[in-house]
Amino acid sequence: MTEFYLPEGLPTPSSAPDGLAEPYWEGTRAGQLRVQKCGGCGSWQWGPEWICHRCHSFDLAWEEVQGIGRIYSYEKPHHPVHAALAKRGPYIAVLVELPDYGNIRMIGNLLGDAAQTVTIGAPVEAVFEPHDQASPPFTLVHWRVVGG
Amino acid sequence: MADRTLRGKTAIAGIGETTYYKHGQSPDSEFKLALQAIVTACEDAGISPHDIDGFASYGNDRSEAGRLAAALGIKELRFSNMFWGGGGGGVCGAVGNAAAAVATGMADCVVAFRSLAQGQYARYGRGTGAPLVGGDDSFIIPYGVMSPAQRFAMKVTRFMHDHGIHQEALRAISIACYHHAQNNPNAVMRGRTLDEAKYDASRWIIEPFFHLYDCCQENDGAAAVIVVPADKATDHKHKPSYLLACGQGCDHRSAAPVHNMPNYPSSHFTQIAPRLYDMAKLTPADIGIVQCYENFTGGVLMSLVEHGLVKAEEANDVLIPENLLAPGGRMPLNTSGGNLAECYMHGLELVIEAVRQIRGTAINQVPRNDTAIIIGGPMVTPVSSIILGSEAAL
Repeated sequence: MTEFYLPEGLPTPSSAPDGLAEPYWEGTRAGQLRVQKCGGCGSWQWGPEWICHRCHSFDLAWEEVQGIGRIYSYEKPHHPVHAALAKRGPYIAVLVELPDYGNIRMIGNLLGDAAQTVTIGAPVEAVFEPHDQASPPFTLVHWRVVGG
Repeated sequence: MADRTLRGKTAIAGIGETTYYKHGQSPDSEFKLALQAIVTACEDAGISPHDIDGFASYGNDRSEAGRLAAALGIKELRFSNMFWGGGGGGVCGAVGNAAAAVATGMADCVVAFRSLAQGQYARYGRGTGAPLVGGDDSFIIPYGVMSPAQRFAMKVTRFMHDHGIHQEALRAISIACYHHAQNNPNAVMRGRTLDEAKYDASRWIIEPFFHLYDCCQENDGAAAVIVVPADKATDHKHKPSYLLACGQGCDHRSAAPVHNMPNYPSSHFTQIAPRLYDMAKLTPADIGIVQCYENFTGGVLMSLVEHGLVKAEEANDVLIPENLLAPGGRMPLNTSGGNLAECYMHGLELVIEAVRQIRGTAINQVPRNDTAIIIGGPMVTPVSSIILGSEAAL
């Protein structure tokens, strides 16, 4: 299935067992990137948690954010550690920070040739990758260099 | 409460290791390996296993204290303890927990140990076979960030970027470990030498900084140390190694989900190391022996920096093989081969090597052997480190 960045067969993301991240995964199915925003102090928080680490409010709302960020760090794994990756060859994982939302960070794959030079600080934008035929269906969030 | 410290209250009186094997090659079960290491440590200390009254371990060790106590005929189990967290982050914490139990009178003779037969259970370097992943893993694993190396590599990428440190600094760490292993009969990598050309030609595990030789082995074996009160330490067969300090825990929110820890490019020791030196009443300049856990060489680099043993801006100049080799280097590192080249015994082999150095019985003996720092499990949470010393360091 060439439309996916990594081959099928990797584990499927799930909000089980406690449902904490369910609004995030529902959002990606709708093409939205949602993260937590504290109703107590207004801080952005990511990844998801039941409480705000700053003010200890349990009132954490889920808000849509723009998928605009910059590369904070990256890696290019060569050695496959899962059977689904055995014939994939190197790929790029990026850690992206979102300056407009308290510099929260997200992990995804950087689309394009794995041999590309990756520049820390480069602007990137989110790209949704729906897996509609999966059971249950899910959508991943990758990144692409802006103007790249 | 006047003097709340572990400094000088306890000592390591016995050490024991099994034969170390490549993963899957141990003829003995994991639990039998644990028993062998503990019995060997008792022989080394000159005590009967019946005299043990506590167990401390880490990394979710499968050899449970209750079964050990029954198997060894422990007369009275007074302390059983597991340090939270995976990997070897707890190696020094387990020794510290044993010492805390002994120092406070909860127990008199506590074994800190690790038994690990990766060939008999899951290997750490393989991704999950589960069809679904939840929690933090759900945001990472579907993107192919699965193994420990993959989870930590981006920390190293960023640290090297921030400080302009080159691959050669990591290469020097690996070369030192392999060099020291060549004299060690129990080193799994004995007979497999490493030079700069071989390192440079080795395959990528992860670009841009993880060559094959930057990554630890996967092994089978067990190791144990025996912690006793300081006032009984000289009753045993060997010169005691006193615990001068233990630091454990992590930096502020270093386990924040989806790699959102405030100090990301870190081994997670920045808040622990000052406490460690304060308790020991020592500075980095006082340390003669350095045993630093290599899950990956980038973790060693960040640990050395965060423990004040190398300045980040000097790492390219200081981390060269001649500085790291016993006996003459300015900072002999992992003098029995460490996780890279002796055995990935989750760092307990590093504690044991530090004790041998302090006793003066190490194979690659260094002359400046009154104090040793052991640093456990960089980049996981929680982590831990200890300082040991001879009587002269008390």
